[in-house]
Amino acid sequence: MTPLPLSGQATMTSGFNAPGRFVLRLRDPRNTSNPGHNDAALVRSMDDAAVAMANGFTTSVVVGSALLADDEPRTPRVARFAERFGYFGEGDVIGLDAHSRRFRSLYRRNSEHNSFLVTERCNHYCLMCSQPPRDIDDSWILDEIAEAIPLIDPSTVSIGFTGGEPLLEWERFVPLLAMAGVRLPKTEIHVLTNGRGFAQPAIASAWASLANPRLCAGIPIYSAVDVRHDYIVQARGAFDETVLGVLRLKDKGQRVEIRLVLHALTAPDLVETCAWMARNLPFVDHVALMGLENTGFAIANDGLLWIDPFDYRDALTQGVSILSAAGLRVSIYNVPLCLLDSSAWPFAVRSISDWKNAFPPACDPCQERGRCGGFFSTGRPRYSDRIRPFLTKALP
Amino acid sequence: MSKFAPLEAFAPSGAADLQLLPLRFERLSAGRYLVTNIVGDFLVLARDDLDRIAALDLRPGDGLYEKAFSRHLIAPKGRVGQLQLLALRLRSRMAFLREPTPLHLFVVTLRCEHSCPYCQVSRRSTDRGLYDMDESTAMRALNIALSAPPSSLKLEFQGGEPLLNFDLIKKIVLAAKERGPRRGKQLEFVITTNLALLTDSILAFCKDNGVLLSTSLDGPADLHNRNRPRPGGNSHELAVEGIRRAQEFLGRDRIGALMTTAEASLERPEEIIDEYVRLGLDGIFLRPLSPYGFAVKTKWIKGYDAARWLAFYRRGLRYILNLNKRGTHFPEFHAAMLMQRLLTDRPLGYVDLRSPSGAGLGALVYNYDGKVFASDEGRMLAEMGDRTFELGDVSADDYHSLVLSDRLVDLVGKSLTQCAPQCSSCAFEPHCGADPVYHHATQGDALGIKPLSDFCARQKGILALLIDLLDNSPDDAAVLRRWVAP
Repeated sequence: MTPLPLSGQATMTSGFNAPGRFVLRLRDPRNTSNPGHNDAALVRSMDDAAVAMANGFTTSVVVGSALLADDEPRTPRVARFAERFGYFGEGDVIGLDAHSRRFRSLYRRNSEHNSFLVTERCNHYCLMCSQPPRDIDDSWILDEIAEAIPLIDPSTVSIGFTGGEPLLEWERFVPLLAMAGVRLPKTEIHVLTNGRGFAQPAIASAWASLANPRLCAGIPIYSAVDVRHDYIVQARGAFDETVLGVLRLKDKGQRVEIRLVLHALTAPDLVETCAWMARNLPFVDHVALMGLENTGFAIANDGLLWIDPFDYRDALTQGVSILSAAGLRVSIYNVPLCLLDSSAWPFAVRSISDWKNAFPPACDPCQERGRCGGFFSTGRPRYSDRIRPFLTKALP
Repeated sequence: MSKFAPLEAFAPSGAADLQLLPLRFERLSAGRYLVTNIVGDFLVLARDDLDRIAALDLRPGDGLYEKAFSRHLIAPKGRVGQLQLLALRLRSRMAFLREPTPLHLFVVTLRCEHSCPYCQVSRRSTDRGLYDMDESTAMRALNIALSAPPSSLKLEFQGGEPLLNFDLIKKIVLAAKERGPRRGKQLEFVITTNLALLTDSILAFCKDNGVLLSTSLDGPADLHNRNRPRPGGNSHELAVEGIRRAQEFLGRDRIGALMTTAEASLERPEEIIDEYVRLGLDGIFLRPLSPYGFAVKTKWIKGYDAARWLAFYRRGLRYILNLNKRGTHFPEFHAAMLMQRLLTDRPLGYVDLRSPSGAGLGALVYNYDGKVFASDEGRMLAEMGDRTFELGDVSADDYHSLVLSDRLVDLVGKSLTQCAPQCSSCAFEPHCGADPVYHHATQGDALGIKPLSDFCARQKGILALLIDLLDNSPDDAAVLRRWVAP
């Protein structure tokens, strides 16, 4: 159970001017006769290398080690990746830093879970953060995304933007969303933000002026009580600004999803929180109740946060029932089916990104794996004692 | 890890950091207090807890801070999120005001072949010439109705027994269907009838024109016939037969029935409800008598007080909830409406229970003689010689002159529960409404003294009952919640 490696260091680069960052779209050299300046031939054999040269590629990415002796003909720019990056395929986009030789997968064409990290900076410091924030100048990331978006396959169903807090750089981020809306006219765009920025009318207006019905803001509200929410996100006044932000966005007709992470600090009040949402925010477009990903700060705060999902099963059943009775669309993410009451199954979604989704050996004989969301393989996975394989189909 | 701060670090430093939001409270029983905010979120608390909220003696983690905050009874000073939520929710609850006067009642005749001793409209038995609406009056009334602002209008035909003047109903329906769409109106039609005179050709017309039927059914035959005498003593038989034919011919959901509680009904709620279930009706509205017309003259209105009626209601609701728990979906419509107010902010403009009052702003009534009234009860009073609620005449007025008349503005303005003495401080106010006609009729004052008002006693009694069920009886609460599913 290990996640797919999404970043690494090239074992060799040549011809890239350092320092410099390069956004490359990987192409099958046989199918591309007129490569653009971001296109890099994906080379797995000597034949591939020759075809890449013949078809006019100036850049190649070589996966594996046994190829290309020093005296072979080669494109002016070459980067060599280790064998475990052999999953890269046609149309995938990567970012490469020539100086450090470090690269990151930015977009995988065959995945339904493409998400761009916009910044590592954040004005929250959530106790369970899976992507602990860093106070660094990483504004180069926005340049990289701006270069990557035009390289994305326009038939992509959805892409996400996450952080950090993307709205910290809203004056650069919102134009990026505008470009994505134009370049990807059919793609759903999901932005994970704490929503506090939208309390400022200028930011809410800029967002609304994108007028993109495929754009949705996913905003966390962890409690009906300000102090509890502020404590969980470690920011005084956050609840107030987030609620204001949600109201401003909805006032402007924008799509909003409310996200709540289930752990020992949210589960005991879950029914109250859901009742509060049903009563105060019945106009939001979706509510996601999400199992905890045990990585990042969640590991450090394990003692505060860990609860066996089985122990919040009844509260979760009641919570989704209250929300759906109020006419809200509600989903459960990241909780395997064997830990849910069967009445909650219709709300369970297979939500864990493909690259970090897995099942422990106990699940091998399970007949419901096909519709189960499974487990995170990231960080330090922690399993309920109550995981039980369904040896026969539990529901038709 | 020291880089994370504890919960206390995010707490207000004390009472000085907190403020009370508008709240109201009421003692429900010894030591139990209902506390509500301006949009009707509620808590039932012990006296000590209420005192602590009032004194802002609250700390996160004590359980009471959490309850008071999430019900918007308190707010940290300087924060605005909760205030915006309250404003937005209040706006949503009052949104029925955006669609003024969606209901228009045509009293097409005051004649009736029944002679009910509790008749609230003071029906007449003779003289077609005097008590039937004529066609030119009807067309003027229709013109006023079609100039009301909402895009959806309901036209309701009342009496007397409106089927005695069915030819006029036909003319109004056909004219409305021709003129309505040209003015961008979607129309719904209802005939309120005892069904005794129902014929196949009337049913055919209703079917062709999408006309709904609403009838009266007071319970089993002996009770119904005692309340509703007619020549032949067969009112119940004809009503049941009419309901069956209408259900069969028009569809089950195209006919509804209303019951009126007489003194003789008080001990028989179960039988009354069983009769509705037996006939396949989709629910029941347990209604008290109103103090108008013959109900006053015959003194039937004095047959019971609010306490006795509430006992009847309580017993009936209990029976209905148990029916629902056994799997029959069968709401009590008054409770269902109040549950919508208690559990949601969806606007409910029910004309008899809203503030600003539904008089004129919710409905207009065109009497057989062309006089226009602010409510059905207003024209009932007029038949008793009190013309307080007469707004004008179809021959001289238009929609605006009626609705903006000094008389109506004065009436509605005087009766607002939001600022009326004893209403403005009432914990039930967000779920209640103004009834200026009732209070004028019973106390000679549109506002009235609420502790003397049976209307007030009944509303508070029912709301307290529903809140008690929501708070203490999960099985009953589950049924009540189902009645308001969107």
